[in-house]
Amino acid sequence: MTDKNGFFDLSKSTLSRRTALKGLAAGAGLAVAPGFVRYSQAQSSAPVKIGFQSHRTGIGAAYGRWYEKTTAAAVKAINDAGGINGRPVEVVIEDDGTDPARGAEVVGKFATQHKTDIVFGTLFSHVVIGSAPAAGEAKIPYFVVSEGHHVASTKLNRYVFQPGITDVKSQIQSMAPWIAANAGKKVTQIFPDFAFGYDHRDYLPPALKAQGADVIAQIAIPPTESSFTKYFPQIPAETEVIYHVMVGPAVLTFVKELGEFYGSNRPQLFGFMDSLEATDINSPGLEFLDGSHFWEGSPRYAQPDDSAAQKAYRAAVGIDDNGAAVGDPKDVSTASHMFGCWETLYVVKKAMEDAGYKGPEDRAKLVEATEALTEFAEGPEHPQGPKTFNGKIHQCFGIQNISKVEGGKLKVVHKTKIEDGLYEPEGDYTTQAL
Amino acid sequence: MTEASPAKPYALHLGVIALLFALSFVLPDYHHGLLARIMVLAVFAMGYNMLFGYVGLLSLGHAMFFSAGLYGAGLTVYHLGWNVPAAFAAGLACGALLALVIGLLALRTTGVAFMIVTMMFAQVFYLVILYFASWTGGDQGLVVQQAARVLVLGSASLDLTNPTVRYMSALALFSIVLLITLAIVRSRYGRVLVAIRENEERTKMLGYDTFSNKLIAVVVSGTICAASGAAYALLFGYVGSSFASVQYSILPLLWVLLGGAATTLGPLIGTLFMYYVIDITSGFTSAYLLIVGIALILLVLFFPKGILGSIRQRWLGWLP
Repeated sequence: MTDKNGFFDLSKSTLSRRTALKGLAAGAGLAVAPGFVRYSQAQSSAPVKIGFQSHRTGIGAAYGRWYEKTTAAAVKAINDAGGINGRPVEVVIEDDGTDPARGAEVVGKFATQHKTDIVFGTLFSHVVIGSAPAAGEAKIPYFVVSEGHHVASTKLNRYVFQPGITDVKSQIQSMAPWIAANAGKKVTQIFPDFAFGYDHRDYLPPALKAQGADVIAQIAIPPTESSFTKYFPQIPAETEVIYHVMVGPAVLTFVKELGEFYGSNRPQLFGFMDSLEATDINSPGLEFLDGSHFWEGSPRYAQPDDSAAQKAYRAAVGIDDNGAAVGDPKDVSTASHMFGCWETLYVVKKAMEDAGYKGPEDRAKLVEATEALTEFAEGPEHPQGPKTFNGKIHQCFGIQNISKVEGGKLKVVHKTKIEDGLYEPEGDYTTQAL
Repeated sequence: MTEASPAKPYALHLGVIALLFALSFVLPDYHHGLLARIMVLAVFAMGYNMLFGYVGLLSLGHAMFFSAGLYGAGLTVYHLGWNVPAAFAAGLACGALLALVIGLLALRTTGVAFMIVTMMFAQVFYLVILYFASWTGGDQGLVVQQAARVLVLGSASLDLTNPTVRYMSALALFSIVLLITLAIVRSRYGRVLVAIRENEERTKMLGYDTFSNKLIAVVVSGTICAASGAAYALLFGYVGSSFASVQYSILPLLWVLLGGAATTLGPLIGTLFMYYVIDITSGFTSAYLLIVGIALILLVLFFPKGILGSIRQRWLGWLP
């Protein structure tokens, strides 16, 4: 054990002070060089890093998966076309567990550990609201694809934007003229007894009133409920339209029991596609929906009059004519919402280009450049349709689709106008300090 | 439980506080922010440990005390525009009052019944938050704006959203609660609690009023948990019903079991451990909860009394 071989025996070495200094200098040079190269690259070709707050686990997982697919497709399209300001886009994904507390931590992680340029992609409202303070404090722009009214309510902060999908208040308001004119004037609402349902409970009655129709009953169903038959006798006999927005696995039971309750003689049915996202419309039990109508953000099924941009978008994301994954007809997409990821990324691209965005030091400029946007024309970047953007409330406004269930498919029968969904701004984010 | 000299435990605890203070200056930004959050939630775990570890009462409803503090502080700022100290005090008061009422009712039961009763009350509390959604924001919750989260002290003002101020505030709360906990468990009262845990009948026979001792413990525990909730609302700016869900009743139990029940520093270690296991593993796989589960099983197998509990049992008998 005491035997020294020459290799490890430093006592024999003839290391002079000069040699040591040379070595140190060379080492220091080597250590600095890659950093220097990296720094010079940051000005030109270092990637734009986008922190994607994804619902990989938890109740939002079905949405999260399709949001990831759409985002990957959009990033590929952007990179193939030269990236943003000549820089490639790189997406860093963190799972928020669809939990608001973890969501806030994830935003912090993007801002301080991954050092991403922006945070993007959150869907569930409570996660957006829980994460918004963290984004505002870290002063990192936070682009959500949530459809909640929380951004437009101006109750969050100046760093939160929703430029790629319309909010639920606007969606509900746009539905009212069609419902009143085509489905009926006496409407009974059935909705889950939590926030998503409350948006419908609160925004539909005034919107219908303005069209000369009325909500004659509102039936809130506790989210824990698994059987609905006992609620149906509360539906007034004179009801002409049942407006339903049930979500989650219970929706299949809900529809089946509604079918058993009414038989063939039912009122008109109008629902929101949120109920059936990622669910096959031809699932057993959903036959009762035949002939009923749904709101759709972007149509699930390919339509005969689809624009070239819509076709290209569907091909890029990998969904077939039935809105399912190409090669796996059972993997139904969340088409009504996920287009928002695609469109939001193109808004980010436009705003970064307008701001001459170079890195995190330009985040405030990016916020201002986004606020300055006003219109997004329909096309490859906005395949769902044209939109306007209100920089004061950080929210976009666009067209909505009303589709009829016909022969096991959804056929778009009406497209609303942007103006149908406009409302008075409830505040102004631009007055807040950056 | 021999009479150890008080110097060692106090030196250890002050050392931990000093270490956390020093970490503030060396930790990278992300871990700095995360540790602030962990300290606040460790306070929640310490409150839970007070009842579970020292009195042996397993509650499955402590999320209600955390959320009483969370909403007590958050709603007074949001709706009434109260300042930070007043809102924090409101949070504490809500927690203490709720704990008193729940204690009076739930302490009529023991064992499994106590678990069920506390869980039911917590569920009622959760549903009440959802029911008054127009005030509480329901399941979406509310944001406490940055401008409202400023602590004004005379002419100076501290912005609680500043990372350093937030870290130091979290550390201050953590330190105060840690030292209070240490003082309680080393006091005569703390020994009575342990006696109740070990053999309540015998403690009664020795002439102690176990009901009121337990009631005080519930109130202290609930108030500490509420302090954590109130601090969470004011430091991190989000008030939401998910904190009142059953998940947040189970989490402190898990943190305490991991770190070591009936050890004063166990809650911090358990919270720290769980946070980092989730943070690191979620970077590799979306099945991270599976890994967390395996880690928990291994811990239970090899450290049945939790990390610090096992260390105390094997090596450091003097750990409080």
